[in-house]
Amino acid sequence: MNVHEKLAILADAAKYDASCASSGSKSTRPGSRIGSTEGMGICHSYTPDGRCVSLLKILLTNYCIYDCQYCVNRITSDVPRARFSTDEVVRLTLEFYRRNYIEGLFLSSGIIQDANYTMEHLVAVARTLRVEHGYGGYIHLKTIPRASGELIAEAGRWADRISVNIELPTEHDLVQLAPEKKRSDIEQSMTDIKVRIDAQRDDRQAGFSAPPFAPAGQSTQMIVGATPTPDADILATAHHLYSRRKMRRVYYSAYSPIPHADARLPAQTPPLVREHRLYQADWLLRFYGFQLEELVTPAKPNLDLDVDPKLAWALHHREQFPVDVNRADREMLLRIPGLGVKTVDRIIVSRRHRTLRADDLRKLRVPWSRVQHFVATADHKPRSQLLECPQLVRKLHPKVSSRQLSLFAEA
Amino acid sequence: MLLVHDFDDWRRTARRQLRDGIPPEEVHFGSEEDHQPLLDLPAGPPGQNHEHVPPGMFPRVPAGFLETARSVACHSDRHRWDLLYRVLWRLTHGEPELLDVAIDDDVHRLHLMERAVSRDAHKAKAFVRFRRIEGDHGDEYVAWHRPDHRILKLVAPFFSRRFPEMRWSILTPDESVLWDGRSLHYGPGVPSSEAPEGDALEDLWRTYYGSIFNPARIKLKTMKREMPVRHWATLPETQVIPQLLEDAPGRVAAMHKATANQPRSAAEFLPDRKTLKTLAAAADHCKGCELYKDATQTVFGEGSKTARIVLVGEQPGDQEDLEGHPFVGPAGRVLDEALAEAGIDREDVYVTNAVKHFHWEPRGERRLHKKPPARAMSACRPWLEAEVAVLQPEVVVCLGATAAQSVVGREAKVTRDRGRIMRSALCRQTLMTWHPSAILRAPDATARERMRMELVNDLRTAFQAMSDGAGAGQLATSGSR
Ligand code: SF4
Repeated sequence: MNVHEKLAILADAAKYDASCASSGSKSTRPGSRIGSTEGMGICHSYTPDGRCVSLLKILLTNYCIYDCQYCVNRITSDVPRARFSTDEVVRLTLEFYRRNYIEGLFLSSGIIQDANYTMEHLVAVARTLRVEHGYGGYIHLKTIPRASGELIAEAGRWADRISVNIELPTEHDLVQLAPEKKRSDIEQSMTDIKVRIDAQRDDRQAGFSAPPFAPAGQSTQMIVGATPTPDADILATAHHLYSRRKMRRVYYSAYSPIPHADARLPAQTPPLVREHRLYQADWLLRFYGFQLEELVTPAKPNLDLDVDPKLAWALHHREQFPVDVNRADREMLLRIPGLGVKTVDRIIVSRRHRTLRADDLRKLRVPWSRVQHFVATADHKPRSQLLECPQLVRKLHPKVSSRQLSLFAEA
Repeated sequence: MLLVHDFDDWRRTARRQLRDGIPPEEVHFGSEEDHQPLLDLPAGPPGQNHEHVPPGMFPRVPAGFLETARSVACHSDRHRWDLLYRVLWRLTHGEPELLDVAIDDDVHRLHLMERAVSRDAHKAKAFVRFRRIEGDHGDEYVAWHRPDHRILKLVAPFFSRRFPEMRWSILTPDESVLWDGRSLHYGPGVPSSEAPEGDALEDLWRTYYGSIFNPARIKLKTMKREMPVRHWATLPETQVIPQLLEDAPGRVAAMHKATANQPRSAAEFLPDRKTLKTLAAAADHCKGCELYKDATQTVFGEGSKTARIVLVGEQPGDQEDLEGHPFVGPAGRVLDEALAEAGIDREDVYVTNAVKHFHWEPRGERRLHKKPPARAMSACRPWLEAEVAVLQPEVVVCLGATAAQSVVGREAKVTRDRGRIMRSALCRQTLMTWHPSAILRAPDATARERMRMELVNDLRTAFQAMSDGAGAGQLATSGSR
């Protein structure tokens, strides 16, 4: 099989992993002869599915001894199989990199023989790139749960980011669909990585010149929509991972039908709107000071599909609006639907010098048609009854296409 | 009109004007190479406070201004120099904190321009595509790119840090830059006709691009927003987009069809009312995986209705498949003997398999046993779960690795965990031991005898673990024998 054919198979097999970021490594490794990392990731292209192409995202091999039902590469799936040699991956990475197609490499693998054997091969690619070629670009390695501590240590040494996929939101989901994977193993690996990241940081702070360990931190991916688990559990798991395991990012990946899927899995269009809502909720929790219970409750464990979670919150708390942008504290400004963190900070700085008017907000490029219902300025006071109007929701959300919703409703 | 051609030039000129106290209304800046502006912004209002700066005094401006100004200078709007001068004037004439006021018209405009330039610079870092050519100095990498603004000077240092050992150049309609491995050399613009022809690697890149795309989730708007169509001409991968879109619905449909035709798991064949009898009868018709096709019949578990120990093997063998009963072949005889030796009454036992159909491959005339595929193991598990749910045994004994993996998990290792009582999803007390056929296959008589003894011992442990078994007292101390 030539490299073309292998690439087609092993990129196809990797496409279900949503993580694409190439950000987080602030400085280029010293002594690099090709490649750099300067903190900000770059998307070099976009595919028609709207996803960013930043890294050469491939599997080392799609042979796998496991049988996770949601995965195309599981042992019982009859997709064509292939395996790259270390050298092939190294060459592809460097050649693509030189032409500025990519920011780096995201390497994952099906599990062959056992966790350590597989991990050794992943690590070998990273080591070869760094040591033999002086490659300083981005590397993201997927680690295999249950791989040995030494291998994780070496992976972190060469990679900018390492990740272990949590796979599914709950332990129960895992038992159902990935009987060979254990939540405890996965979380153990995450803890191992976190401990090493912390130790490295402590060493540096104490003035030792510790070798780098995954300077861009760790991330994970959760598949949503493969099981009936509600958003409340998904977000709770994410929250746990952010706070306890110090994830940089949790990726939500709408379960997408795969060739030769198990019949227990939904065969329809992936729940993209839901995926989007989860990302929005994730941001509200991390950067906007929202608490989980404000977004989902036992009585209503799923996020609204037709309204974004911030708007949904605002509509349930109409009594708190309109908010006076010239007076309200930052926390409350962040709760105004349509205002992002950057805009809020600009408002706060600007209002020290001037009293804000409606026109000023428009200049800050806020979506005025929506925001106007929730804010008060020197010259703008929305009639509060307007917020009571049942048509408001519809008016505020002309954009969610009914087609997308109905596709999801079939789910 | 004061002609300036780059930022430093403007800076020098502006400083002179400022020193001479010339207000923004009285001066206009321009550049020769300015063509029609992209967004022709009207001149803004004059600054509010006109304090006079004594000539010769060095203007103090906030640090952020120079950086912003350097970006804005790259914007293609021909009013940029005037705007910059007006902001500079206001900063030095009573409004030192002007830049904080994002809602001020001038500052607002400045931010818009800065954002446009920074986006354009970012897109250049992303969308420059080098092509390798044979040059006078060996391999050279050349890209032709069309930015909206004159951002080459902003991005060239980035490329020199990224590709320090490569000889590369980036050509744009307005300017160009070459890196020779040591320093950057700027030159005039180059028309697209002088861009190098393709690079053999672009095919491979298109293969990657086409394969990483998921046809089940199309979001064209997002793609076009992030990768504006005006850049497509220089992005080799965009050539395959029409084909990808055309093929997508067919690929998704094919996927759905393949899924719909997949054999399901045994779960769908379970009877509503569950007794050992109804289960066995229902299992006769199981098509939960493909194994039923090549086997003679389902071989369900058998034994006492009140059994308190369940023994789980791997799958029926050749003889079991023909007769329809578990453990009746040579392995069954080894098991029977071991049970007797351990002092276990057949009355206390129920014998079954992790997979209920015989999996084999032809070897000449014979049907050779083959380990059940993972798919069958998970598909068949509902039967075992149902049997255990009906019987509620006190102990489950896994015979051999396959049973152990099905019951305990993939990491189960008989050689390591043999004979220890542990907890599994199926039963509070689960124990694994040798499969009788492993004993039959032992390399020599000594090994065979040792394994046989171990099997007997392990069965004894299981027996003692029962609440009123002979050694009931040891029950709780898992692991000790
Ligand atoms: S092996 Fe099990 S799941 Fe497969 S057909 Fe037979 S009884 Fe059903």
